[in-house]
Amino acid sequence: MSQVPDLDLDHVARLARIALTPEEKAKFSAQIGDVIAYIAQLKEVDVSGVEPTAHAFPVHNVWADDLAQPGLPVEEALRNAPARIGNLIAVPKVVE
Amino acid sequence: MKPAGPSALFYQTVAELAAQLEARQLSAVELMQAVVGRTRAVEERVQAFNSFDAEDALAQARASDARRAAGSARGPLDGIPVGLKDVIAVQGQPLTASSRMLANFVSPYDSTATRRLKAAGAICWGRLNLDEFAMGSSTENSAFKTTRNPWDLTRVPGGSSGGSAAAVAAGEAVVSFGSDTGGSIRQPAALCGIVGMKPTYGLVSRYGLIAFASSLDQIGPFAHTVEDAAIALGAVAGHDPLDSTSVAVEIPDYRAELGRRRGPWKLGIPKEYFGAGLDPEVAAAVETAIGHYRKLGCEIREISLPHTKYAVGAYYIIATAECSSNLSRYDGIRYGHRAQEAKDVVDLYFQSRAEGFGAEVKRRIILGTYVLSSGYYDAYYLRAQKVRTLIRRDFLEAYREVDAIVTPTSPTPAFKRGEKAADPLAMYLSDTYTIGVNLAGLPGISLPCGFTKNRLPIGLQIIGRPFEEAALLAIAQAYERDHDWAARHPDL
Repeated sequence: MSQVPDLDLDHVARLARIALTPEEKAKFSAQIGDVIAYIAQLKEVDVSGVEPTAHAFPVHNVWADDLAQPGLPVEEALRNAPARIGNLIAVPKVVE
Repeated sequence: MKPAGPSALFYQTVAELAAQLEARQLSAVELMQAVVGRTRAVEERVQAFNSFDAEDALAQARASDARRAAGSARGPLDGIPVGLKDVIAVQGQPLTASSRMLANFVSPYDSTATRRLKAAGAICWGRLNLDEFAMGSSTENSAFKTTRNPWDLTRVPGGSSGGSAAAVAAGEAVVSFGSDTGGSIRQPAALCGIVGMKPTYGLVSRYGLIAFASSLDQIGPFAHTVEDAAIALGAVAGHDPLDSTSVAVEIPDYRAELGRRRGPWKLGIPKEYFGAGLDPEVAAAVETAIGHYRKLGCEIREISLPHTKYAVGAYYIIATAECSSNLSRYDGIRYGHRAQEAKDVVDLYFQSRAEGFGAEVKRRIILGTYVLSSGYYDAYYLRAQKVRTLIRRDFLEAYREVDAIVTPTSPTPAFKRGEKAADPLAMYLSDTYTIGVNLAGLPGISLPCGFTKNRLPIGLQIIGRPFEEAALLAIAQAYERDHDWAARHPDL
């Protein structure tokens, strides 16, 4: 199937914060183009006056009592951190 | 294919094993040793597990035996090895989603389903393979390994919960749990010749389940029999304050209800599920099963679910939109894969996500980002949500005249590994019959209803009314009772 003209893959990948290789760009643009062409059939459906469904069984106003609960101990919360300095997660410099 | 009759320990049902454990004819340690032995014998061929910890499982089995000796056994699952898909958090165990992104992640807490299984005495056994982040229909999208179909090792087990299905089919777990967003429990159950059930959205807590598409994801069981699925579901179902979408409904004793509900039922056959693309052998087996229900006195009615053809399209907009949002948390900062070569913090996001995610996950994040992006939201996402309303309405309309809906689970039996890997759209279309159920939030079950000439299992899907799992299970068991598919196992 041909590529979808209005799919700007570079723009969308940038919004998604994913760096793509030239090979991925070529492959994805064709594959995602196929899927977008397929989902375009939804345009046939008459949806006038139809409310959107976000959840099949929406539950509203779910309240919890305002009680202090034990959270994860610091060691547990940090055990999967890629880099640490003491009890902090280390990241590359953000501000010059 | 082995005939019905006394089977090896690792192929017995929860119901059979629980009776032996209760009568002290069997210990939980002996059972666990049998399952570990079986796993060691066949796992090289099946490749269902990302990892397992036999020592830890045996320690859990010893604790179960100690409880039973002290007279404080916790019910039918106490001492039963239960496999868990590697998206269901178990404290202190790996939680990878079969992704490089989480290759080294160890869960600091239990999911609610895990906590409830532990409270029921179940042995949490192994981390079962899946399509990365549960995105796929063949388990070929795992970053670590390709699980094989135990009935034919050259074929896929289905997906995304392929490891969970293959492990039960191969005798590597007595029951298991997976998650189902568009068919990820029912389709692999069908392809592996076992029972798999997706509960009504909101019945089982999603707390501690790695999120893919939050308005569609549900945890559910795999088992050899409907009764075992009822036992397993009962252990995890019920309201959870930690999941604000979990629904406060009364949970019946599903196993006890099986004996109380006798039918006959009115069953709907949606004509849209028997059209082009349905394999003739699958169609024949499903029609024979429908004929069996007729013999049981059920009224069979042809019905129409007119928006069926739009379900796959609506799903791939809604599911990818939700996935693009859910997976934005994997940024290389607090946990998960972090790229080493990034030049600044923003580049760190780009590189970590490029290295950490596989092709299908990237495709879905990009598609989901596109359908939500400025200028396209109304045309795609909002429209898909409206079509979702129409799909749901079709089902609810049908339930005014029928008690349940009977369809094939998958249009084809297990396909060859590699066959659809390069064509995502073809792979998506293999979920045609299961996806509507997720969009409508309904409970669905797949159970074996025969084999093809090539000895590949065929699955029958039954779709129930919301929160009427007890009726759905009883309808499924009415068919199962008169057939011996559950007693057949692959040669491994």
